[in-house]
Amino acid sequence: MSSKITEQQVRDVALLSRLNLSETEIHDFADQLSSILSYVDKLNELDTEGIEPLAHCLPVSNVFRADEPHQPLDREQALHNAPHRDEEFFRVPPILDDNSGA
Amino acid sequence: MSDILKMTCLELRDAIAAGEIKSSDAVKAYFDCIDAAEPKIDAYLSTFKDTALERAAQIDDKIAAGKKPGQLAGVPVAVKDNMTTDFGKTTCASKILANFEAPYNATAVQKLLDAGAVILGKLNMDEFAMGSSTENSGIKQTRNPWNTGCVPGGSSGGSAAAVAARMCASALGSDTGGSIRQPAAFCGVVGMKPTYGRVSRYGLVAFGSSLDQIGPLTHDVKDAALMLNVIAGHDSRDSTSVSEELAPRCDCLADIDNPFEGLRIAVVPEYNDSAEAQTAAAIRRAIEQYRSLGAEIVEIQMPHADYAIAAYYLIATAEASSNLARFDGVRYGHRSENVKSYIDVYNMSREEGFGQEVKRRIMLGTYALSSGYYDAYYLKALKVRNLIRRDYQAAFERADALLMPVSPTTAFKIGEKTDDPLQMYLADIYTISLNLAGVPGISIPCGMDSNGMPIGMQLAAPAFQEQKLLRIARMYETASGITNLSPGEN
Repeated sequence: MSSKITEQQVRDVALLSRLNLSETEIHDFADQLSSILSYVDKLNELDTEGIEPLAHCLPVSNVFRADEPHQPLDREQALHNAPHRDEEFFRVPPILDDNSGA
Repeated sequence: MSDILKMTCLELRDAIAAGEIKSSDAVKAYFDCIDAAEPKIDAYLSTFKDTALERAAQIDDKIAAGKKPGQLAGVPVAVKDNMTTDFGKTTCASKILANFEAPYNATAVQKLLDAGAVILGKLNMDEFAMGSSTENSGIKQTRNPWNTGCVPGGSSGGSAAAVAARMCASALGSDTGGSIRQPAAFCGVVGMKPTYGRVSRYGLVAFGSSLDQIGPLTHDVKDAALMLNVIAGHDSRDSTSVSEELAPRCDCLADIDNPFEGLRIAVVPEYNDSAEAQTAAAIRRAIEQYRSLGAEIVEIQMPHADYAIAAYYLIATAEASSNLARFDGVRYGHRSENVKSYIDVYNMSREEGFGQEVKRRIMLGTYALSSGYYDAYYLKALKVRNLIRRDYQAAFERADALLMPVSPTTAFKIGEKTDDPLQMYLADIYTISLNLAGVPGISIPCGMDSNGMPIGMQLAAPAFQEQKLLRIARMYETASGITNLSPGEN
């Protein structure tokens, strides 16, 4: 298997993806992603000079609607699925440490 | 099998509206079938027997009182578990959403309810719709009703299996790269992907936002038309659902039995060469069927077809990596118990909640969008997407519809392809380019292979010409008599 993508690159992308991966996964993904990336390299056979990128197929852009107030989800509904909550808030671990100067 | 279960949605709806059959009896018949078949098929992630029976009773009362009952009044249906319902759970077959209770109904679900349909339950799928076999479900493996050693296809495998096994009269699925059409083919039912923008995606948990589209899985083409009539239409809550000016509402059932005069069908000879022999032979028979119905057969080339899978797996994964960033363990979904810091909440909740295929696609998409690779991969794929769309535009200048296989093979054995993700992706060759081009497609049964497994064929039409597409599909269905199939009875 050609190492199109190294285990270190897998670790870097996992960090960007906010995914903890096991050593086995890092090893397997390096192989599998290398194989997939080698396959998608076939796109380079095509000359796309002057071709516009097509992000979606609809002949519409900048869809606006009237700026009218609607009834939002009520607080209890919004918090209903919270893994941890504190009264009317979502509860998470501290995002600033004690030395942050905040 | 009870006679109720053999009926199409349209037949059942008419019988219920005429007072010949009670919706309550239909719902009971379907739950009897679910109770009997579910242990070997495993199509459902959740069922709502009590609420379904209550709702059926309400519909029966309405009909008895002479009120207008709605286009699907009393008909028992089910939906893929990536569409939100304000009752029960919406899991996307993922551990990360195992206990998620959505606060609102997806627009397509709401439209079913408004039309009087009775929702029996939520159907299994590949996790977040990522897969072609339902083997990536984080919850369980659905089996093909024609052979329980085989996959039902995917990602809408639960939807296709449930319709085929008569565990609902019709179902909704979602299709990002073939996820309605391929399982429909594997399970011997009709599956339709409408034009991108035809059906609102509001409440459909996003995978590839520029590709995803909700559509029906049914026993025949008329039921697909009926279901599309119900779920189509503009929705101000989805900015990519098209306006009435761009895509006027149409009644797809109105002229569905009128044969299409002057029909021209395009075929791509290379496509048949790359399909397995029995599938290719069935497609050739379908072509001859159309010829005998008076259609002109036009051979065309799709010069960029070979690049569709590569472009798709960059675009779809790039969009997925962004869409799935919302599953962060903060506001809903699984949160790891072992977190020490806020960053652990993200990294560990996602590690524990997502399955392998979802992680692989998030990784691939993140890589394709990352600095230094964006132009080489993502942007390049978008340009190739444009070339693929031009292939379709050129094809439709010469023909009304394109006829091709759905999948190179019939349903394969469970476990046969799980070791090599790329091999699984390559089997999506015929379905994927329709999503890239945004055009509608329908998969209908066109025969059986020597192992008794259904073979499907696919028809594609220009954007927003579902009415024409359904009429063309109906011509074949009527002429071939291959319709409303039941495993074990053919």
